[in-house]
Amino acid sequence: MESVAHPTVEGVARKEPGVIPWTTGLKQLPWWALLLLLLGVALVYAIATVPNYTDAFYFIVPGLKVTVLVSVVSFVISLVIGLVMGLGRISSNPIVYNIATFYVEVVRGIPMIVIIIYVAYVLVPVVVSATNGIGALILQTSWLSFLAGLGQSLTAMDIRNVDPLVRAIAGLSFGFGAYEAEIFRAGIQSIEHGQMEAARSLGMTYFQAMRHVILPQALRVILPPLGNDFIAMLKDSSLISVLAVRDLTQLGKLNRSRTFRTFETWNTVTYLYLSMTLLGSMGVKWLERKMKSGER
Amino acid sequence: MANDNNAVKDNIIEVQHVYKSFKHVEAVVDVSLNVWRREVLFIFGPSGGGKSTLLRCINQLEKVNRGEIIVDGVRVTDPNVDLDALRADVGMVFQLFNLFPHLTALQNITLAQEKVRKRSREEATEIALQLLRRVGLPEKAHAYPRQLSGGQKQRIAIARALAMNPKIMLFDEPTSALDPEMIKEVLDVMLDLAREGMTMVVVSHEMGFARAAADRMVFLEGGRLVEDGTPEKIFSSPREERTKEFLSHVLV
Repeated sequence: MESVAHPTVEGVARKEPGVIPWTTGLKQLPWWALLLLLLGVALVYAIATVPNYTDAFYFIVPGLKVTVLVSVVSFVISLVIGLVMGLGRISSNPIVYNIATFYVEVVRGIPMIVIIIYVAYVLVPVVVSATNGIGALILQTSWLSFLAGLGQSLTAMDIRNVDPLVRAIAGLSFGFGAYEAEIFRAGIQSIEHGQMEAARSLGMTYFQAMRHVILPQALRVILPPLGNDFIAMLKDSSLISVLAVRDLTQLGKLNRSRTFRTFETWNTVTYLYLSMTLLGSMGVKWLERKMKSGER
Repeated sequence: MANDNNAVKDNIIEVQHVYKSFKHVEAVVDVSLNVWRREVLFIFGPSGGGKSTLLRCINQLEKVNRGEIIVDGVRVTDPNVDLDALRADVGMVFQLFNLFPHLTALQNITLAQEKVRKRSREEATEIALQLLRRVGLPEKAHAYPRQLSGGQKQRIAIARALAMNPKIMLFDEPTSALDPEMIKEVLDVMLDLAREGMTMVVVSHEMGFARAAADRMVFLEGGRLVEDGTPEKIFSSPREERTKEFLSHVLV
């Protein structure tokens, strides 16, 4: 009541000189988005009319397909790893819990680029030679002779034949799985314990309760962070260029060394990444709003 | 209520010297207790007295530290027993309802029928609609829990438990989270159930329900069974001083 009589700090600020009334609306405008749009239009114009840009664009753009493909496939695999490891992280079985926690803590403590290199040049070869070993064992074991065909193909696996693309996907999936695991764990733990108890009290098994009661509710919580992680995957997939996989970044590097047009090359690469990630974060915002509006 | 003395009093639940503690809290201490088939057993006592814990031990939502519990001839405290089968036969109603918020009332009632009892969708739906009529909520079949009042949620939760054709129904303070005007609609459903001869173990503070429906009352305090007896005996002349004192506070 009294405060109305006294001029408030707010009131003084509002009367500050120099601010013309009709300009206040301009403060609300998303200037950053307009600037971005302008730059985008300028770049599209450059690609259409400036030969150096046109050349760079057509050389680099096939990398888009590789980047998207690797990201989507790795993301799906990392979701599977994440769900399994996330369930492991909340398991009451100490062996399962410790395996899952070991994986999550180790992977999250290593830079993504090191994980990719490690998986590609250490883990994948180990898996291949282990597979060779199993094949040899099958061939040597007489009562497994009916599996000779399988044994032969297992021993025939050669590390040199493992495509860098496969190694890249393995690395990214392995690296991101740990982060998805924590998202799944947090999402599942955000559902009140009474839900699991109610489901179990009706005679459902743990997995039935997870599948039909807990996960459908948890999904609502974890979809936005998963969306954010997919965007992160689109960006971090650029790291696979260290394996010489011809994604956007690798083709950028190649184009630069081919033409020495640094500006044109990296402007184009940046533009292509940004159009994907900005579109993606708009999608995530939409998802967030949709999930909120549907809340109980 | 269903205390006709002609019926053979065979035990459907036997609790034998059960101990349960959490960290440093002893929730249940050496409790032995039998429940007869078709009996309505009312458990009361101060908060933290171990009532809910004892109830949750019966369907093994809590594991006991010591002692044995036998439900319908099955030693459920045995580590090798099929707990899912046990729980399907023992309905439970929770204080906070615990309806599945992502499912409609109807789906709440059909889910376990289909997944556990392996009934067809049609059969499960038919049973669910029947139960919805029985708890007086046929028009709420397609409502989500968030659209229901507390009393309605609890009636749906009772229907969900009944859909499994349980041999026993456990009620864990079913009206404690309800507004006063909604308590009656839930208690009415429970009274009907008692009249039909369902075996019920009810943890509650609703002394009116005990008077109207219980065959026997058990007073638990500090995890110990202090006294048990018929409602007439407990209300008129309790043996233990503590029971008398507690009742004098509850019955104003």
